[in-house]
Amino acid sequence: MTAVITKPDTLLYDGVDWDYDKVKRVYDAIEHIALSEMGLDVYPNQIEVITAEQMLDAYSSIGMPLMYKHWSFGKHFARDEMLYRKGYRGLAYEIVINSSPCISYIMEENTMTMQTLVIAHAAFGHNHFFKNNQLFQQWTDAEGILDYLEFAKAYINQCEERHGHAAVERVLDAAHALMSQGVHKYPKKRTLDLRLEQKRERERQEYQEQTFNDLWRTVPKPVAGQRAPKSVSERKKMLGLPEENILYFLEKKAPRLEHWQRELLRIVRHIAQYFYPQKQTKVMNEGCATFVHYQIMTRLHETGQISEGAFLEFLHSHTSVVFQPEFDDKRFSGLNPYALGFAMMQDIVRIAEKPTAEDRQWFPDLAGKGDGMAAVREAWANFRDESFILQYLSPHLMRKLKLFSVHDDAEDPYLLVDHIHNERGYRSIRKMLARQYDLGFLEPDIQIVDVDLAGDRKLILHHRVTNGVLLDESDAKAVLRHIANLWGYEVQLVEVSSVSEAILKEHAVTAPSGVAG
Amino acid sequence: MNIIDRRLNPQGKSLANRQRFLRRAKEQVIKAVRDASGKRGITDIENGEKVTIAAGGVREPSFHRSGSGGVRDYVVPGNKEYVEGDTIQRPDGGGGGRGAEGSADGEGEDDFRFVLSRDEFLDIFLEDLELPDLVKQKVKQSESHTLTRAGYSVSGSPANLSLVRTMRNSLSRRIALRRPKPAEIQELQALLKEAEEAGEDLEQIQALREQLERQILRSKRIPFIDPIDVRYNRFDSVPKPIAQAVMFCLMDVSGSMTEHMKDLAKRFFMLLFLFLKRRYGAVDIVFIRHTHEAKEVDEETFFYSAETGGTVVSTALEEMRKVIEDRYPAADWNIYAAQASDGDNMSSDNAKSVGLLRDAILPLCQYFAYIEVAAEHNMGLSALGRETELWRTYKQAQGPDRPLAMRRVRSRREIFPVFRDLFARDKVGA
Repeated sequence: MTAVITKPDTLLYDGVDWDYDKVKRVYDAIEHIALSEMGLDVYPNQIEVITAEQMLDAYSSIGMPLMYKHWSFGKHFARDEMLYRKGYRGLAYEIVINSSPCISYIMEENTMTMQTLVIAHAAFGHNHFFKNNQLFQQWTDAEGILDYLEFAKAYINQCEERHGHAAVERVLDAAHALMSQGVHKYPKKRTLDLRLEQKRERERQEYQEQTFNDLWRTVPKPVAGQRAPKSVSERKKMLGLPEENILYFLEKKAPRLEHWQRELLRIVRHIAQYFYPQKQTKVMNEGCATFVHYQIMTRLHETGQISEGAFLEFLHSHTSVVFQPEFDDKRFSGLNPYALGFAMMQDIVRIAEKPTAEDRQWFPDLAGKGDGMAAVREAWANFRDESFILQYLSPHLMRKLKLFSVHDDAEDPYLLVDHIHNERGYRSIRKMLARQYDLGFLEPDIQIVDVDLAGDRKLILHHRVTNGVLLDESDAKAVLRHIANLWGYEVQLVEVSSVSEAILKEHAVTAPSGVAG
Repeated sequence: MNIIDRRLNPQGKSLANRQRFLRRAKEQVIKAVRDASGKRGITDIENGEKVTIAAGGVREPSFHRSGSGGVRDYVVPGNKEYVEGDTIQRPDGGGGGRGAEGSADGEGEDDFRFVLSRDEFLDIFLEDLELPDLVKQKVKQSESHTLTRAGYSVSGSPANLSLVRTMRNSLSRRIALRRPKPAEIQELQALLKEAEEAGEDLEQIQALREQLERQILRSKRIPFIDPIDVRYNRFDSVPKPIAQAVMFCLMDVSGSMTEHMKDLAKRFFMLLFLFLKRRYGAVDIVFIRHTHEAKEVDEETFFYSAETGGTVVSTALEEMRKVIEDRYPAADWNIYAAQASDGDNMSSDNAKSVGLLRDAILPLCQYFAYIEVAAEHNMGLSALGRETELWRTYKQAQGPDRPLAMRRVRSRREIFPVFRDLFARDKVGA
């Protein structure tokens, strides 16, 4: 820090108003703490000052600085604007984008303390998480995303000019409806290179030589010229079925789409894929950022760089961010990811630095390791919400939050409390809570299983029903309509029980009238 | 680290999205706007409005599990008294989750609420309405003219010299004719001087000298600015359209007009005012009320002050004619008039009224709307088809090329339909 201040104290700023010098000074101070004391590793930062209207704008286009045009963004804008203007809802203090350089938006209305908090939270907390978490490293391309969005925006604009608003909107509507079904959840099978291919070929050869049996030669061969009808499994294999990425399948295989329509599906699919890690790491991401800003603000206060008043202001907003209403509170709307994430991060530091006997029993590897910061950094790098909770939720924290689990069977007249925060319940509660954050479990398992290629080209989807919870009917029907619009022929969705394989419900949508595309 | 100030970036990035949204939800928004305008007073119709539309057309469906049925498990915080095996009464609202996941957003899916701006509201509200006879016939005779740019010309007054055009022409001519630049001449001079000082062979000095002379001559022959380069801005004068309108509100305020009738009249006047204001920059309003005598008054008096007396319509028409003569020459103003009455008139006045209307008023007016208001409960005479005194009188003034429209209104509900009926686009010129 440069010693600009003539007063003997080391305050970085005074009062509530912010200006660029102050922001710069605060940034340098935070950077010092974050990099040298906490050992964070971040993308270069870019901080952008915006107005409330621009913040609303960014909200409605899912937080991205450039986005193609679609009515649904206008809809969200209209709603957010009304809620904001009527005072029902405040605006977020910041938005941060997983890109390199990492862009953080800060609002001009914020006080200097809020700007400090936001820089610590977004420009260092989220930024570190984006750069280091393995999900983000594996699935997102921080360097390329802004360029890609730029391309997408221009491309869609061009399509609108060439093919008309209505035609583009039709495809985008359908693609948006399928966004959750438009991600690859597992890394795709790598295409093999030549050397690997040759190696496998050799291995196959060797295997055949070892297991040669002359008997096979005597098996009668099919008569030449009479092609055997392709089996169902062969057909499925050819189409790459079953396929859970519906958008991908339609993009590659839908028979009646034109090139530009496939490209639109691809754009929406890429964007969905880009956001997939964020959906899976809500608790960790916010926990990480909240923990980082808390540490940094505390350090700034300890070293006398911010005033008591500023620190109190910070504490006020911090506590409202990590506030967790109890289940019988009117304000309760599920577990607050900020609260849970922050509590878990602090708990990890506690276990690493001051473990109890219980912690040593539950976390033999972690307890007493000493360096709490290193322990949380490791957690941030290697987990997602589900595995993180499964790994790190401690009995201590479960007691603190007084967690209990409720079993709700629609057939019973009562809800059953089946586990509480005691010795018998810890493991079950931890498992259940982890599953509550498992997207694979939360989102319905819907796959394309078959296409009747020889017949009417009917597309058949299966929903594997877990715990007897069916799909919301009217929405399912509407989405099927969208699929039919893209596919061009009849579409059928069968809800199959994952236990008994029994068919629970069928939805069907006829082929769209007129030519698709 | 970079700090970038984006506050001055172009605003309204979301405008295109908003327009797309409104277009998408158009039918529902129109319906909502019509409903909203029915519910509230016309006085505040000009403000933006919070409208609620059914979420149907703007729903964004996705595959998700339904809120009821099946077996669910939740983990929730804040246990106070429960132990394993306790049962809890199912909260009201069916088998839905007890405020756990899913409903976190708290957004009702049935309705979608948002605010329309004043302009959007009026656009939709007055959509498809057109002013009859928008082009003033007398515009040709109007004296007022305005200048508009009309390219360039080779002649004109020095004040209109277009410097940029002139210099551009000059530059291209100089390049085309290869006029030597001052720098080139200076260079040659320097070379020559150098050669002379060095005492090089005379032939070379001579050659340089000749070259220099040629260049100087050339730059003298090719002028820097030639008269053929000069261009002037050209202006055309075009007649200015009349962008102002005056609206006359005529109302019978005799004892037979009830509050209800006045209210109906007021609503109609407000609509007409809004509508004119959308079309013209400035709209003046003149309120004329009459009993057996007519008087120009202010708005407050017009609607709210009580008056007694007989009913002589011609006095109002006469007053209107006088005001037009005094203040609103027909050449400069678009004149609209709306008259509200319960249909009473002194029999002896009928002939005079129709004469005035037909010969003096209608030729000056763009449009004259006569609204006959009736008591809501009175389903009697007029409903049965018997026409009132004034209705019969005015009917005589109607003609194919006379801008006179007559309608009956009995209840508030009918105001807007009648108004639309009068100004609907396809009716124009019919």
